[in-house]
Amino acid sequence: MTQATATAAARPARVPGGRRRRPGSRHSLTGFLFTLPFMALFLAMFIAPLVYALYLSLFREQLVGGNTFVGFDNYSEGLKDEQFIDGIQRIALFMVVQVPVMLFLALVFALILDAGTVLFARLFRVGFFVPYAVPTVIAALMWGFLYGKDFGPFADVADWLNVPPPNFLGEDLMLWSIANVVTWTYTGYNMIILYAALRAIPAELYEAAAVDGAGPVRTAIHIKLPLLRPALLLCSIFSVIGSFQLFAEPQIFYDIAPDVIGKAYTPNLYVYNLAFADQRLNYAAALSFLLGFVVFVVSYAVMYSSRRQEARR
Amino acid sequence: MSNTPRAGVRLSGLLAALCLALGVLVAGCGGGDDGGDGGDGSTKKVDMAAELKKPANITVWAWTPGTEEAVKMFEQAYPNIKVKLQNVGQGPDHYRKVRTVLKSGKGLPDVIHMEFQFIPSFTLTKSLLDLTPYLPDNFLSNYPEWIQKQINLDGKIYGVPWDTGPLGLIYRKDLLDKAGIKTPIKTWDEFAEAAIKYHEANPKSYLVNMPGGQTGQWLALFWQNGARPFTTDPENFKADLTDEKITQVTEFWDKLYRAGAISHDADFNDAWYQGFAKDKYAGWLSAAWGPIFLQDYTKNSKGAWRAQPLPQWQEGQNVSGNWGGSTLAVLKQSKSPAAATEFARWILTERKPVEMFSFDRFLFPPQNFMLQNQSWLTKPYDFYGGQEVNKVYADIASTVDKDWEWDPIHEYVATTGDAIKGKSVDQGKGATAALQPWEAAVKKYAEQQGLKVAD
Repeated sequence: MTQATATAAARPARVPGGRRRRPGSRHSLTGFLFTLPFMALFLAMFIAPLVYALYLSLFREQLVGGNTFVGFDNYSEGLKDEQFIDGIQRIALFMVVQVPVMLFLALVFALILDAGTVLFARLFRVGFFVPYAVPTVIAALMWGFLYGKDFGPFADVADWLNVPPPNFLGEDLMLWSIANVVTWTYTGYNMIILYAALRAIPAELYEAAAVDGAGPVRTAIHIKLPLLRPALLLCSIFSVIGSFQLFAEPQIFYDIAPDVIGKAYTPNLYVYNLAFADQRLNYAAALSFLLGFVVFVVSYAVMYSSRRQEARR
Repeated sequence: MSNTPRAGVRLSGLLAALCLALGVLVAGCGGGDDGGDGGDGSTKKVDMAAELKKPANITVWAWTPGTEEAVKMFEQAYPNIKVKLQNVGQGPDHYRKVRTVLKSGKGLPDVIHMEFQFIPSFTLTKSLLDLTPYLPDNFLSNYPEWIQKQINLDGKIYGVPWDTGPLGLIYRKDLLDKAGIKTPIKTWDEFAEAAIKYHEANPKSYLVNMPGGQTGQWLALFWQNGARPFTTDPENFKADLTDEKITQVTEFWDKLYRAGAISHDADFNDAWYQGFAKDKYAGWLSAAWGPIFLQDYTKNSKGAWRAQPLPQWQEGQNVSGNWGGSTLAVLKQSKSPAAATEFARWILTERKPVEMFSFDRFLFPPQNFMLQNQSWLTKPYDFYGGQEVNKVYADIASTVDKDWEWDPIHEYVATTGDAIKGKSVDQGKGATAALQPWEAAVKKYAEQQGLKVAD
C-alpha cells in the first residue's frame, strides 16, 4: 500500500542518452559513515576474535611440544566426543520443552494484560519483568538456596508434611530445575515483547471483530495470534539461541551439586572448562564452532518452518 | 532501503577484506610463546644487598586472609619496594587467571600463591622462576624434609613454603560422648564401627561427611596409606590410581557409603557449612587449616571440638597425609625477581609475619623454628575447648611420607577426579568404580599434551 507508492517515487526518470545517476548514492555513503563507529567496534570485538578462534581451532598446542598445525583434527575429534554430544542432546531436550512452555506462559500473560480487564495492570507488567532485571548469577544463587535439600524452604515444607523433600538438584530433576530458573527469568522479557506487539495492532480490527460478534477468546485466537506471528518468531529464535548457550545456571549450580553437573553439563560449560581448566584452547575453539553450527541449523529450521506456515495461509 | 546491488557488493567485499586482515593480524600477534629459558644452569648467587636497595614495584596475587598485614610489615622493612596485593580468587579460579595472563603475556603479577600440588604443573610450562640465586644458602634446611622435597625439583627451588595441611580428624566431643563413642579413634576399623554406631543413634547426623569429589582430600588419604600414584617427570609420567593401596582406601569408604553411615554431600558450599551449624556432621577429616572455614558457622559448638591424628590402618602406626598447603612462587617473566623473591622469603621466614600467620590466622607453619616454638605448640584454642591442637598437628606433620610426588597436569587431574569420583559416589556406584576411568582419562590427557606415559 503505502510502501509500494514510496518505491515508485524513488525510481529515477530515464534520461535518454544520458548517464544514469544511481539514486541515493550520496545517502548510502553518509549512511555508511554513520555506521562506521559501530562497524569498527564490531570488527574489532566480534569478527576479529572469531577469525582468531578459527585460526586456533586448526592448530594444537601441547603442554610439552609446542604448537602444530592439525587441520580439521579438532573438529573430527569433536564430532566423536561423547561428552559434547551428550551436552547437545541434553540442551536439545531442554529447548524442546522449556521454550514452548515459556512462550506459552508469556503469550497468555501478554494477552491477559492486553485484554485490559486486569486491575493494577502496570504493576503486574513490572512485576513479571523484574526477574529479568535480576542478574543471572544472583538468580542462580538464590534458586540454589531455594532448592536446598536440607535447609531450603521446599525442604522445610516437606518436613512439615512428613514426606522426603524432592531432590531438585539431583540427577533426575536438575535439568528441569534449571529450566524453571530460566523460565522464571525470561518469561517477563518475552511477555513485554509480545505485549508491545499486541499494542501495535490497530484498534479497528477489534471493532470489526466486535461487530461480527466475536468474544475476547475468539478475538485472541483469530486476530491477535496471527498478527503476533512475527513477534513470536523473534522470541522463539532468541530463546532457541539462548537455550543452546546455557552456561550461568549450571556454572553456579556446580558448587552446590558438582556430582550432577560435572565438567560438561552443557556444551558451553564444556568449552569453558576445556579452555580454562584443561588448557585445550584449540579444541575448545573447534567445539565452539561446531556448537555455533548446530545453533545455526536449528535457528534456520525454526525460521523455515514458520515461513512455510506463512506461505500456506 | 533499495541500494543498488553493485555498491552493496563492493562494500561487502571491502568489509570481508578488512575482517580477514584484522583476523590475520590478531592471529599473528596472538599465540604468545613461553618466555625463553633466560640464563638457566647458573646457580650463581645474585648480590641481594645491592639489588634490594633499588626501588621496585611488585604485584602479588594471593588469597590468604592476613596477607595485607604481612605486606605492611614488609613495606616498613623495605621502604623502597612497593607491593600491590590482589586477591584474584581462591584455588581453581586463581590458577585460571594465572594461566590466562601467562598466555596473553600482559598484566603478569610477580609473586603468586602456589599450592604444593600445583608446582610441577607450572614448572612443566616453564612459568616459575628458580629462586636459588636469590635465596640464602642452606635455605632448604629451614624446613622438614618432606616439605623440602615438594619445593626442590630438579635441584632448583620453586617456592617459599607458606603453610601446610597435615591431615587429622576433628570431631564434636559432646556428640560423640552422647553416642557412646570412645575417643580418640585409633584405627580405621574402629572408625567404621563408630560411624555405623553413631548414625544408628542419630539418623539425621553422620560421624563425618566424605564427598565423592574433593580430590585433594582423597589423595591425602591415599598418601597416608603409602600410595605413590604419580611421578612428576614428563618424560616418564606415571599415573597409577588402581594400586591396591588406593583401592584399600576407596573400598573402605564404599562400605560405609553402602551402609548409609557416611554422607557424601559436596563440600565448601552453603549447605555444607549449614551442616556443621546444625549438627549434621559430627566430625571432619580436616587438614590443619580446616577450622578457619568453620569459624563463622560453629558459634554454637565452640569449645566442643577436639582434634586427633588420623585413624591408622594398623594398630600402633603413626602416619598421615597432607591436604593442600601453599607456597609463594615467582613468575619467570617478573621484572623485579630479586624484590619478588625477597618479599616471599621475608614474609614467610621472618619471625614477626610468620608468628602473625600462625597465631592470629590459624595457618599451620612449615618452618622448623615454628614447629619447635613452645609457646605456639602449647597455645590453647577456644574452638577446641582449650586443647593444645598445634602439638597434635605438629606430631602429625612429622609423619607425612616424604616420597610422594605430584603430577605435572594437576588442574586436569583434580577437576577430572572431582567429576568422575563425585558422580560415581553420588549415583551409588562408589569411589572404587571411578578409579579406572579416572586413571584412563588422566593417561589420555597426558598423551594428548605430549607427555610420555609410562606403562
